[in-house]
Amino acid sequence: MIADPPIGEDDLNAFVDGRLPPERHALVSRFLSENRQLGERVAADITARSALRESLQFKAAEPIPARLRVANLAVERGAAPRHWLRVAAAIFLFALGGAGGWFAHARFAGAAVGQRETPVAAEALSAHRVFTAETVHPVEVAAAQEAHLVQWLSRRLNHPLKAPNLSSQGFRLMGGRLLPAGSGAAAQLMYQDDGGARLTVYLRADGNGGAAFRFVQGQNASAFTWTEDGFGYAIAAQVGRPQLLTIAESVYQQSKASEQPKKPPPT
Amino acid sequence: MDDVAAILEPHIPGLRRYAWALLRDREGADDLVQDCLEHALAGWHMRRRDGNPKAWLFTILRNLHISELRRRSRRGTRAELEEADSAEAFQDGDPERRLIFRDCLSALDTLSEEQKSILLLVGVEDLSYADMAKTLDIPIGTVMSRLSRARERFRQAMETGSATKLRRVK
Repeated sequence: MIADPPIGEDDLNAFVDGRLPPERHALVSRFLSENRQLGERVAADITARSALRESLQFKAAEPIPARLRVANLAVERGAAPRHWLRVAAAIFLFALGGAGGWFAHARFAGAAVGQRETPVAAEALSAHRVFTAETVHPVEVAAAQEAHLVQWLSRRLNHPLKAPNLSSQGFRLMGGRLLPAGSGAAAQLMYQDDGGARLTVYLRADGNGGAAFRFVQGQNASAFTWTEDGFGYAIAAQVGRPQLLTIAESVYQQSKASEQPKKPPPT
Repeated sequence: MDDVAAILEPHIPGLRRYAWALLRDREGADDLVQDCLEHALAGWHMRRRDGNPKAWLFTILRNLHISELRRRSRRGTRAELEEADSAEAFQDGDPERRLIFRDCLSALDTLSEEQKSILLLVGVEDLSYADMAKTLDIPIGTVMSRLSRARERFRQAMETGSATKLRRVK
């Protein structure tokens, strides 16, 4: 028979929280009855824990205010209706304009959505179109000098950057370049897979803050964009929406992970 | 949107309780919860499908609270608000319960933000130790030792509280 592992701090915490399986609970209980002082401390912890629970219970028992209902939050955000209205308006305007072909319409609708909704998406798609077509100079600084590239772009954008690792999606970093964006600068990182398909990550400061994850269909590539902490991100490629979403999620996770650890302030 | 509501809304009472325990300000706490829900909706596509939405929501709320703490100079109207709300909480309660309530709140005030969050999220909101480790971004063993320390400090503060003194006098 294997001896029971010795009682640990984890057992005592789980005992206070009532999370031990019955056998272990009995064992800890016996141990505490043999260690009087410790037993009293644990008993006091249990009392304090239930006092805190009871004291705060009134708050969870309150009916939730209407402003916190998800439906009400969603209505106030109003993203979906506005978005569709804009697309409809674009299509309508195009219809007034008469013939011009589906492509002109697609460009117009795409530009209308991209331009007004997220300038970052429009810029990212246009930079994607221009530079992924380059065979000789697709990037300004190649991936061989990744450390230099990242340091340079971070300094110019005044924001700590990291080149996301997309190898699990089959994309390798080719390099990146600096681009003008309004009064500031933007960075474009380019990736390529074994089949030669290219993907770009576009970044720049974006004061609009806290924008949702958004899919934008451009003329010949599509993008996912979002804004986080005053910084706009766009991932553009000619791949299907589900694959692009997976890649965008990966970039998002990596950008979150590379943020400075959240240290609570001293109290 | 209905499925999103079905996942998010069951957690709202707990989120309000945690936010209130941190802030002791009815409106401020609900503002924090609203902010948290809006972030959750905005990042809905980015949540981990295999993750636990409850832990995810509490993590968002705590991170928002911490950035707010950083921004705000802590001076304040807090004592007043606390009094107002505690009166509201136990208007018809018996005096001893009211004392325990006050002791709990002032004991909480002796803890650091992280200790408060561990104590509240594990002890009141029933987050698992594993989820707590993810929320604080520390290993589970560290959660255990910080939880023990938070409990010790809370227990000591409770022991010097007025309800305990009253009981000793009796």
